[in-house]
Amino acid sequence: MLLISCPWCGPREESEFSYGGEAHIVRPKDPDALSDLEWADYLFMRNNPSGRYLERWLHAAGCRRWFNAERDTVSYKIKSVYKISDPAPRGDE
Amino acid sequence: MSDQARRESPLAEFLAAPRKADPATGAGVQISERPFLGHINLRGDPSEKRFLEAVEGAIGVALPLEPNTVAEGGEISALWLGPDEWLLLTPPDRQRDVVLTLKAALGDTFAAVNDLSGGQTVVRIQGTHARDVLSKGCPLDLHPRVFGPGQCAQSHISKTMALIRQIDDTPTYDVIVRRSFADYLARWLEEAAQEYGLAVIAESPT
Ligand SMILES: [Zn+2]
Repeated sequence: MLLISCPWCGPREESEFSYGGEAHIVRPKDPDALSDLEWADYLFMRNNPSGRYLERWLHAAGCRRWFNAERDTVSYKIKSVYKISDPAPRGDE
Repeated sequence: MSDQARRESPLAEFLAAPRKADPATGAGVQISERPFLGHINLRGDPSEKRFLEAVEGAIGVALPLEPNTVAEGGEISALWLGPDEWLLLTPPDRQRDVVLTLKAALGDTFAAVNDLSGGQTVVRIQGTHARDVLSKGCPLDLHPRVFGPGQCAQSHISKTMALIRQIDDTPTYDVIVRRSFADYLARWLEEAAQEYGLAVIAESPT
């Protein structure tokens, strides 16, 4: 069980949260202008790194806010959490 | 207008047979209900001064801006639900007046006021072992060092979503749940409380 810090509520159990996949995926401004390949890339293709990953979480059973977390997919350690409106934190690599 | 003679609280069936604890061991936990309170969901932008002032003027209490805290003023409590969302609890049958007063005060301010009274209820759990019982199904850290009177938090208790508010150091907790989950929650609490001695009290606490 992960202990996840909500930017508003502080540390809470993983069972209060739901997962939202990779963060910072920007919806294309003009979907009609995209090829099927480009649209599919936006909809379905996600990075799957071994290591640092920026991802979205929803504090579903708590304050019901979306936020972003910086998590290591190997150690599961969450390095930082930040609001959805904040820029991506710089990596150490 | 509600038909008072016929209305039934979500826990009516559960409370129909009050249970006393074994006199030898006493009740470590008491369960009761605070039925028919006014539950009003309020949303608005706390960075807008006009919004905060209109609400305080209308309900006589300043909205709590610190996460997971409760503000009380007169007969209304305001519970923090999110950075732009609160639950207002009013005495029974006052919600209509409060909604109208709020809407008039807010005018065209960017805000939403919704009466949820029919959809929720308050289950009160009280006693020396109340914390132990809740902790069997709720992942919140309820240790007095972390959580005390004046605080509230949304989480889950076993499989129901719940808003938990500590009232006093007995400890007493008010658990706000959707009405369709109230019976489930009460029966779950009843089972979880067996080892501590349980009393189920039909009269609603004041
Ligand atoms: Zn939260």
